[in-house]
Amino acid sequence: MKRAPVLMAMTCGVIAAAANGAPASAGVLDQVKQRGELICGSNPGLAGFGVPDDKGKWTGFDVDYCRAISAAIFGDPDKVKYVPLTAKDRFTALQTGEIDVLVRNTTWTMTGDTAVGASFTSINFYDQQAFMVRARLGVKSALELNGAEICVQRGTTNELNLADFFRAHKMDYKPVAFGSAAETVRAYDAHRCDVFTSDSSALYAERLRMTNPAENIVLPERISREPFAAAVRKGDGQWFDVVRWVGFGLVAAEEAGITKANVEEKRASDNPELRRMLGVDGKLGSGIGLPNEWLVNIVRAVGNYGEIYERNLGENSRLKIPRGQNNLWNKGGLMYAPPIR
Amino acid sequence: MKAGKPVRTYGQGRGPAIAWWGNPAARALIWQALLAIAVISLFVWAGRNVVTNLRASHITWGFGFLAEPASFDITGSLIPFRAGDSYGRALMAGFGNTLTASLTAIVIATALGFVVGVARLSNNALVARSASAYVEVLRNTPLLLQLLVWYNVVLKALPGPRQSIALPGGLLLNNRGLYGPWPVESPGWNAVGAGLLTALGLCIGLAAWSARRRREGKAALTLWAIAPAVLICLPLAAAWLTAGSLVGALPVTWPELRGFNVGGGVTLLPEFVALVLGLSLYTSAFIAEIVRSGVQAVPKGQREAGRALGLGEGPILRLIVIPQALRLIIPPLTGQYLNLTKNSSLAVAIGYPDLVSIGAGPVLQNTGQALEVISLIMLIYLGLSLLTALLMNWWNARMALAER
Ligand SMILES: N[C@@H](CCC(=O)N[C@@H](CS)C(=O)NCC(=O)O)C(=O)O
Repeated sequence: MKRAPVLMAMTCGVIAAAANGAPASAGVLDQVKQRGELICGSNPGLAGFGVPDDKGKWTGFDVDYCRAISAAIFGDPDKVKYVPLTAKDRFTALQTGEIDVLVRNTTWTMTGDTAVGASFTSINFYDQQAFMVRARLGVKSALELNGAEICVQRGTTNELNLADFFRAHKMDYKPVAFGSAAETVRAYDAHRCDVFTSDSSALYAERLRMTNPAENIVLPERISREPFAAAVRKGDGQWFDVVRWVGFGLVAAEEAGITKANVEEKRASDNPELRRMLGVDGKLGSGIGLPNEWLVNIVRAVGNYGEIYERNLGENSRLKIPRGQNNLWNKGGLMYAPPIR
Repeated sequence: MKAGKPVRTYGQGRGPAIAWWGNPAARALIWQALLAIAVISLFVWAGRNVVTNLRASHITWGFGFLAEPASFDITGSLIPFRAGDSYGRALMAGFGNTLTASLTAIVIATALGFVVGVARLSNNALVARSASAYVEVLRNTPLLLQLLVWYNVVLKALPGPRQSIALPGGLLLNNRGLYGPWPVESPGWNAVGAGLLTALGLCIGLAAWSARRRREGKAALTLWAIAPAVLICLPLAAAWLTAGSLVGALPVTWPELRGFNVGGGVTLLPEFVALVLGLSLYTSAFIAEIVRSGVQAVPKGQREAGRALGLGEGPILRLIVIPQALRLIIPPLTGQYLNLTKNSSLAVAIGYPDLVSIGAGPVLQNTGQALEVISLIMLIYLGLSLLTALLMNWWNARMALAER
């Protein structure tokens, strides 16, 4: 009867597992607070959006969004664990609860909000899909791409828009699709494809790591809308609000002229709007389960929307993507936050 | 061990009666029942948990999505797929690719593995050393790395489409693939197909018939002399009869440079080549080890007996050693074939559209039916594994029966 102890142990183990893993009923915000750490689904490596620097510290536009959420909750931007996710793994990670929030140049689509079980919060970057070719090819327009072989990343909206575009224009093409951006770019760079297609921000970013960046041009056509937004798991209204208002807060701070440098000074202002935003008056922060100085903590840590943009994607970065549609609504762009009141 | 008296002596009438819970058999039964209940409740609990979570995420469970149209394309699948075809078909196309790549790699890996395995036992030090270096290098580096290396070697070594290398037989080679002529669907070619099938059937029948005759000691056909003639003449005759003449009855498209790339004909993609190359080399190293140990396990006396009978080294290997070694080789070989098939899912890294790449990629992404897609993929792999195991067991049983 040597097997009896094994059997006993197995039985107990199975019962323990069943009892332990009961579905968590606490909201994500409470879980994050209890854990003392935010788990943020991020990009495995896209210049400007999410890349580790030489010291292995994550930096980038999306990373700063995660840091802003952490600052809003903990008053400290560095209580974040980053989980790098490729395009095809990201929604599963969100569905299964492996991550609290997905901030990874992810396009807000209706499928995302319905079938995939995500809820997109607010748009942090307006982008469009484009094509990159080697200048030597002599192609001037996407409409001349009939018969081309095109490198694209698997599981992205880009893969779908590509099929739509060629179908709509009754042209032929051959996709070569890879699981990660690194492989997609390497194959294009090794001349496996005539064309590389992605969001135009990613084209700018990936061009930096090609053998000869200058020999690659972006064709003028923009074939889709790619609004990037942070996403949370469906069904937790409070957590949805927190992530969404962190996004709005960053934009509102820019519009109100609150910056990393002047946030303390603005706090002493007697402007009623500023006093409300910065938690001097009212209880807006505690209303969604955050400290009242949530926005002060955010801006102190990462700056306002414009500062995050310039540092990671704009003039102060290697990418130098013009603000364009990502400017504030009153400066010719689309960035707009509802009033904080 | 000899079968003797039962070891257990208590609880069988001798000595004082023991309470039922003191009986080990009853206790074991109770533990087993408890375990069964626990496992079942675990499944029920997990199932309910899944249902609750799916409901909370507003995801509906079901396989209806398989019939819905997908909006992405797949290049170079055996089962053609275009945007607008269904998700189900996309999975089929991926499955077809997984099968093609795995089967091709299994054949190559087995051939290479046998050669290298036997080479490791060679008396020639150079041959033996090179063979063991081959095994060590391939076995001890990660497969993913090997695939990436092969892929990039294939891409780097070959010129672009405009500088394609022209090979004999109208073949063109460049970094987009190996292009060759391909038949265009026509009555002539259909007749060739039918003729080929008939000829194959005929050959198999003849082989069986001659084998029986030979066993009975009667005169039989030497098949290898007839088979090629049958296999060539019958299809051609069929085409000639159908089309009235052979001229123009068998139209073919030839690869040629069109616009950006080579078009027409048939293409072998670099992704496929790199995947098959990587999988077969990697697996061949393991097979070589299995072959080596199988051969070494055949007792020395068997060879010596062969020599005593005056057989040469070749016949000894072929008639004595290999048949016995095979019995030891086949079971672990099955494991390698299964590994190879599962490893083929690394294809996504080098852009080959296999089942996992397509299933976990666009299909799962755009339908959100993660549970369904992943279970389907698992079921398909399970089915493949069982089928492989079944076939190999059958082969193994046949080999084992040869024992006298
Ligand atoms: N916005 C698109 C594309 C997002 C995407 O994955 N972009 C690529 C750019 S090449 C990327 O960031 N890849 C990084 C990786 O997975 O390694 C989407 O949401 O599907």
